[in-house]
Amino acid sequence: MGGPLDSFRAMTDRPSTGDQAVQAPALEMRGITKQYPGVLANDHIDLEVRPGEIHALLGENGAGKTTLMNILYGLATPDSGEILLDGQPVQIASPSDAIRRGISMVHQHFMLVPVLSVADNILLGEEPMAGPVFMDRKAAYGRLHDLSRFFGWEIELDQPVGTLSVGWQQRIEILKAVYRNAQILVLDEPTAVLTPQETKEIFVMLRRLTTEGYSIIFISHKLYEVLEIADRITVIRRGKVVGQRIPGETDEEDLAQLMVGREVQLTVDRGTSHPGEPRLVVEGLHARDDRGRETVHGVDLEVRSGEIFGIAGVAGNGQDELVESLIGLRRPSAGSVRLDGHEVTGHGSRELHERGVGFVPADRHRYGLVLSYPLTDNLVLTDYYDAPYARGIVRNEGAIREHATEAVEQFDVRTPSIDVPASTLSGGNQQKVIVAREFDRELKLLVLDQPTRGLDVGSIEFIHRQVIAKRDGGTAILLVSAELDEVLELSDRVGVMYRGRLVAVMDGRTASREEVGLLMATGGRDPAAAAAATATSRGGQA
Amino acid sequence: MDFILHFPVIGLLLQFVGYMVEVVLLNGGLIITLATPIGLGALCGFMNERSGVVNIGIEGMMLASAFGAWYVASIASSFMPDATGPLGITLPLLIGLLAGLATGVLVSLAHAWLSISVRADQIISGTIINIVALGITGYLALLISQNSPRSAGNFGSVSLPQPVTDIPVLGWILRTFVEHGPITLSMLVLVVVLQVLLYRSRWGLRTRAVGEHPRAAETVGIDVIALRYRNVLLGGLLAGLAGAWFTIEYGNSFQSGMTNGRGFIALAALIFGRWTPLGSVGAALLFGFADTLGRAIRQTPPAGDLGVVLGAIPPQVFAALPYIVTIIVLAGVVGRSIPPAADGQPYEREATAR
Amino acid sequence: MLRRSLSVITVPVLAIVLALVVGAVVMILSSPLVSGHLDFVLPLRAYLALASGAFASFNGLVQTVVSASPLILAGLAVGIGFKAGLFNIGAQGQFLMGAVAAAAVGAGMAHASPWLAITAAVLAAVAAGAIYGFIPGFLKAFTGAHEVVTTIMLNYIAIQFVAYLITGPLRATGATFARSPAVGAAELPILVGRNGHLGVVLALITVPIAWWLLYRTTIGFEVRTVGANPDAARYAGMSPRMVLILTMTACGLLAGLAGAGEILGISHFMPAGYSTNVGFDGITVALLGRANPVGILFGGLLLGAMRAGSGLMQIQAGVPVQMIDVLQGVILFFLAAELVVRYVFRVRAARAELAGLETVSRSYGGQTTP
Repeated sequence: MGGPLDSFRAMTDRPSTGDQAVQAPALEMRGITKQYPGVLANDHIDLEVRPGEIHALLGENGAGKTTLMNILYGLATPDSGEILLDGQPVQIASPSDAIRRGISMVHQHFMLVPVLSVADNILLGEEPMAGPVFMDRKAAYGRLHDLSRFFGWEIELDQPVGTLSVGWQQRIEILKAVYRNAQILVLDEPTAVLTPQETKEIFVMLRRLTTEGYSIIFISHKLYEVLEIADRITVIRRGKVVGQRIPGETDEEDLAQLMVGREVQLTVDRGTSHPGEPRLVVEGLHARDDRGRETVHGVDLEVRSGEIFGIAGVAGNGQDELVESLIGLRRPSAGSVRLDGHEVTGHGSRELHERGVGFVPADRHRYGLVLSYPLTDNLVLTDYYDAPYARGIVRNEGAIREHATEAVEQFDVRTPSIDVPASTLSGGNQQKVIVAREFDRELKLLVLDQPTRGLDVGSIEFIHRQVIAKRDGGTAILLVSAELDEVLELSDRVGVMYRGRLVAVMDGRTASREEVGLLMATGGRDPAAAAAATATSRGGQA
Repeated sequence: MDFILHFPVIGLLLQFVGYMVEVVLLNGGLIITLATPIGLGALCGFMNERSGVVNIGIEGMMLASAFGAWYVASIASSFMPDATGPLGITLPLLIGLLAGLATGVLVSLAHAWLSISVRADQIISGTIINIVALGITGYLALLISQNSPRSAGNFGSVSLPQPVTDIPVLGWILRTFVEHGPITLSMLVLVVVLQVLLYRSRWGLRTRAVGEHPRAAETVGIDVIALRYRNVLLGGLLAGLAGAWFTIEYGNSFQSGMTNGRGFIALAALIFGRWTPLGSVGAALLFGFADTLGRAIRQTPPAGDLGVVLGAIPPQVFAALPYIVTIIVLAGVVGRSIPPAADGQPYEREATAR
Repeated sequence: MLRRSLSVITVPVLAIVLALVVGAVVMILSSPLVSGHLDFVLPLRAYLALASGAFASFNGLVQTVVSASPLILAGLAVGIGFKAGLFNIGAQGQFLMGAVAAAAVGAGMAHASPWLAITAAVLAAVAAGAIYGFIPGFLKAFTGAHEVVTTIMLNYIAIQFVAYLITGPLRATGATFARSPAVGAAELPILVGRNGHLGVVLALITVPIAWWLLYRTTIGFEVRTVGANPDAARYAGMSPRMVLILTMTACGLLAGLAGAGEILGISHFMPAGYSTNVGFDGITVALLGRANPVGILFGGLLLGAMRAGSGLMQIQAGVPVQMIDVLQGVILFFLAAELVVRYVFRVRAARAELAGLETVSRSYGGQTTP
């Protein structure tokens, strides 16, 4: 131990564990079982984490990883099982118990308060006090600066967190955990919102923390990431531990099979595409967000029939406003949108729908479904006013039910009946309801925004097959996804969105992850300068 | 100058502005007095909404406290010596004040329980409080009035010695801000205290975090439910003060429905004041001014053309003025006034969710 | 299906039972103020008198339905708002505006042909109520001003407006107190019993119409979708703004109709101090009826019975009619706290039934509707 680490050690005020490699596991979870209504989320799960290791928890969406970690963090109570820290059984009933015992968690969704400053977010819950009432912020600033210097960052502590890019917000989350003197750090899908470059930086940082004696639980469903970062891998499927692996002794195929429980095709068979005439032509499109700031600064793009055009980009670079402008939920402030040669700029969503535009929204609970409605009503949400579902203003219940019965059958929606509220279905089946509604007609243009976010592998495969089928039927498809892998797997052409501009368009079959990732992170500026900028700059406006 | 004053519309407007200035100068104290229940009500709303609980029931809380303070003071005065201390403070009035505070806390407890523990719709919970408070106080007041209860009187105001009030400017400021009863003075102190606490204390930071992103607060070990309970109950104290103002400071008797919408105006003041203590009380002063202006026009109408014009306006317009101002304020600023992000959303702990 | 309907009505029924118990406690505790000592049988006498006043005679039954009709209309004015995610606390003001419009037009046409006078007065009332509902709807849709505060403010403004009209331009000459002239020809004909007027029929017809519109038409589908998820509604090509304005206008229309019924059917003129509790009653009825028109019908009849019987309760048991306000408040309390009711009575039932109401606090003080 030496150099900056000593000061860091002193700062965090925690005994070193570095030279005690062989000892009791830092954490042991034994026989954890948790039953939620209708689903056994954890079924006698055993997990053992050694001091100073990065232990990956691999599993599909919905396999029970987050539930297990919520139990560890005191956010959920297990029905049975026990937790041991350094060999001692402990009770963790609340997050404050967990924090007191040296467990910190970086959640899948940011647990940052956007309107509060960086410093307030980090200090919240562990406020340094001057007297019984007032906070002593300045006293903490020195330590916060030391911590960020340890990672080689420079952070403006008084800046509101909401103005930072997602990559920086993720760093603040980790800083928050480290500030709490954790010994065990849980990261739940920390790379989901990051570019490959940012992911690498986070990995370097995690490695550094393990040399400080931190034990890290790294949750992911991305195989190559797990192989890259983990010391050991525990695989969970449907609430059960199905195997343990060491990266050197396994590969992606093996892990995928363990994770899904059957042989999986790792990449979609996208076949050959036969692009035709341009269907969607966008020229010089500008759009503002809800607060009136311009977030799309002149986008030009063209999607041809029978082609999938993918848009990659870090969340918050104007993709939302772009998509909303194209499907009639937002009026662009300038520029033009043409569909099959017709001017449709600023047309409403109903008109676009009638012209053959289909849309799968990113947030299925907010836009895609009315959760309290039965499937019947959800399946006619965009067509309810038209024949055969209505005559004049009178609804035709018979036709609505008939349609629902067919759609559920055709799109393999697993549901006890067409009359249950959409809220009772699993995420994958909810998404299939939306897909059934949007795909089941003649489409000129299909806009897909994060079509598979949070779904299990089976549902993802199903939806990808449907998308390919639509493409082969001659529909022009615009795919926006934060999952770079999805964009690269499906797209014929890939555009990269950076700060409201489409900074590059590449051939989807030849573009590499690194190439696209660099463009996502820098917008194509000089790589060396950009790298330097990310290393030391303040978190910029995303 | 003379020419402009005789130019019909502009002249009248200038005269009206002059009259408003005159009203402020002559009735500055009254503006603060009339703003007190609105300001205290808004501070009650502030305590609730900054921690994520919408409180539409301020009106009912104030009404119930007004009744509680008045009735308990009245009972106490029937068997207690009412030796008068400074500011007209008597033992029965103090007991009445305590009862008013207790009533506010009790009603807030109902609101807290319904909206935090039961997770009922918070606006419906508040509305129910309004209806129940109106019903029960009306019912009890009617029964009590049959026994013609005695009044315990009310608090007096600070009165500054003549030499002090005669100082130019400073004298006016002191008269306006200090010559008040204890409840009004307490509002002036509380608003400053709360403003400082909100931004400088641990309580303030945690309250803001819980009102914006309760789950984030919980993940750093803050007990969201407990904090919300505590703030809503403390808010009940403020509503209790506001209620007591009606029956043991400004007036000395209780009438059914006497809060007359002040609780809702307080809500508008809170929104207008962007959910900060200083802003809310500032907005309350605006409403106090509207009220004062209406009274002044009826009691001491201006001379000349303006007096003729104002005199032709039916008195009901002035009575409706605070309500009209409230609507204008809401319509004008609410789009730009952003509430705490978690305001109105019941919080379900992850452990009990799903 | 039967089981499902049973589970829907369980909580309202239990809320009523609990309210009667709490009401009894209040009566016993406050009985010293009436008789000078604790009177443990007072609740029994009061409730018996209440029931016999409401149900024991033909005229009592008619009075129950007559009292219920404005409550049913006001309940619909609140309940249909709930369906669109709106909380209309302004039924009071909309009722008053409808009432004063009916009184004014009725007085002006007091000597015209009855059917013409009635039609004109009723139309004037529904138009006035609709306009008074349109205002908060418009403000909500285009400025984001929350309807809960604006409708309450409009209630107070309506009171002042009515006072101005009746003490000023509308004041009847020669009356001993400030009131509008008699409506004469515009009086609604009595169809049943002592006071079963035409307005009762109008109110009862409104219930199936409202149900049909809500559940069997595309308009109702839009209203319900906007209430359940305005973002999804916009995505589905609906216009939440227009739906909000339309719904609030319709709510005002219904409350205005209730006002017409009371003036043209019962009082036949309007006094300056016309006081009514119909707005709050409407909220109780809408919550009792789970925002469903059929439920609102029963909720209205129940409250109507309580109002109809309260006079006899006051006479026979000496319990002031304001006791009904207390009972109503307690019913509301238990309705809101339905979990408590379930806990006390160990009832298990689907909680989804309140779905129509759960949307109310959303977008409080928030931005304008897209």
